[in-house]
Amino acid sequence: MSNEIAVIGVGMHPWGKWGKNFVEYGVKAARDAIKDAGIDWKDVGFVSGAATMRCGYPGYVAGATFAQALGWQGAEVNTSYAACASGSQALAAARAKILSGETEVALVIGADTTPKGFLAPQGGERPDDPDWVRFRLGITNPTYFALYARRRMEIYGDTQDDFALVKVKNAEHGFTNPYARYKKKFTAEDVAASAMVADPLRLMDVCATSDGGAALIVCSEAYAKKIGKADAVKVSAISTVTPTYASSVIEMPEMATDSGAVVEAQSFRAALPMKAYEEAGVGPEDVSLAEVYDLSTALELDWMEDLRLCERGAAAAMLRAGDTKLGGRLPINTSGGLACFGEAVPAQALSQVCELTWQLRGQAGDRQVENAKVGITANQGLFGHGSSVILTK
Amino acid sequence: MTEQAKPQVPALEGWFTMDSDKPHLLGSQCTSCGTYYFPQQKNFCKNPSCDGEEFNEVPLSRTGKLWSFTNASYKPPAPFIADDPFVPYTIAAVELDKEKMVVLGQAVTGVDVSDLKAGMEMELVLETLFEDDESEKLTWKWKPVSV
Repeated sequence: MSNEIAVIGVGMHPWGKWGKNFVEYGVKAARDAIKDAGIDWKDVGFVSGAATMRCGYPGYVAGATFAQALGWQGAEVNTSYAACASGSQALAAARAKILSGETEVALVIGADTTPKGFLAPQGGERPDDPDWVRFRLGITNPTYFALYARRRMEIYGDTQDDFALVKVKNAEHGFTNPYARYKKKFTAEDVAASAMVADPLRLMDVCATSDGGAALIVCSEAYAKKIGKADAVKVSAISTVTPTYASSVIEMPEMATDSGAVVEAQSFRAALPMKAYEEAGVGPEDVSLAEVYDLSTALELDWMEDLRLCERGAAAAMLRAGDTKLGGRLPINTSGGLACFGEAVPAQALSQVCELTWQLRGQAGDRQVENAKVGITANQGLFGHGSSVILTK
Repeated sequence: MTEQAKPQVPALEGWFTMDSDKPHLLGSQCTSCGTYYFPQQKNFCKNPSCDGEEFNEVPLSRTGKLWSFTNASYKPPAPFIADDPFVPYTIAAVELDKEKMVVLGQAVTGVDVSDLKAGMEMELVLETLFEDDESEKLTWKWKPVSV
């Protein structure tokens, strides 16, 4: 229990392509979170920002940038970067600060403005950079996700119809979410009619890049009690474990995996939630809902298995049975997931925590999962690391 | 266009042998623990139980089993150098038996996703990645042994 912190405020800026400065999205999300917490901005002792690499220097020092934008008030700052797992690392920094007693209340925040089209590497001739090499050889980001998807088809017998069903489900979930970018009930026919990007993944199997922002106010349990929020949702675990050599999954931006010739090959994705479950003192059987990294439709199925929400290879059967949609046994991506949001890299791990918080409070409206008590997230960074956060009521 | 033969050079220097018949990827092997690396690791071994700092350059197995596959239906961004108009290509991830590692690469021209099946035996060949005024830049590609 002593390792828990409370989430007393959450806020988001709607995802989209608004073309504004990322700071604007972050400030809106932060102000909503502060209001939701019922505290004053000047009560925040620590600002933990998730960095963006696409918005120049203010993005590299996101913690300070947001502290300044909200009005300098002397808070300490920190900035974290871990690609799509950035928000979880920013949350971990805030938790450490709170549990060590250095601060009582922290703002955790991430926002991004994304360019159009494919994400591309830096320019120049740079054959020492694996990211440059793989683009030169024609290996793009969708390549990796398509390889995982095809592997599921070859090994477990999943089909492109299964992947389309993930999109249809998530589109239905996000339909009423005021923060989602895409609010349309896409059909399996819509997915099948969309252009092939990297076989078997079509355009509608792969998520877009978006502008967006998300923020949390987290605090010590003592502080939550003091302001009359003793029953606030708790962060019970944050896992950011790295792989254990030899990492067996071909990961962006590498051209090859580690060699398993002398040390047994392992998958980090399976290790990641184990640490989270252990830390939270709960198991997969306790999970009420999960927000997972559906960068592609097929990847949602991989994550369900990695989080041990079902046996290896059984995720598609669970999906087909309707278990993972709202009203089912174990709803996945009730927010609509990246399918409805698109990637806003520094904000997405935090937006998952926002969704779980609303769900555990019973404030998710049309998306509400009945009697939700335990929620888990999964995210993936670059070079094979990731994050998983567990929230409990 | 005349069929003048331009010199053939590797698109990436030192990543593979230029043997047109039986090319090999050039990896490295730690002299302490024996683990393999591709691309070559030259300074520090990444095995957490090994403090090795010496490596031998080794040719990697030139055949393996198909782990998974996909294609590129859209033109990738630079530094990829595309034909105009862009021609989609197939991509293979092949697991090398001895080295127990999966290596990515394009599949040879003419091989389609529908020709492939996980577990198929694949072999390494060299093919043109792109050409400029001076030379033809070769890279490794994967080819089903049965083709």
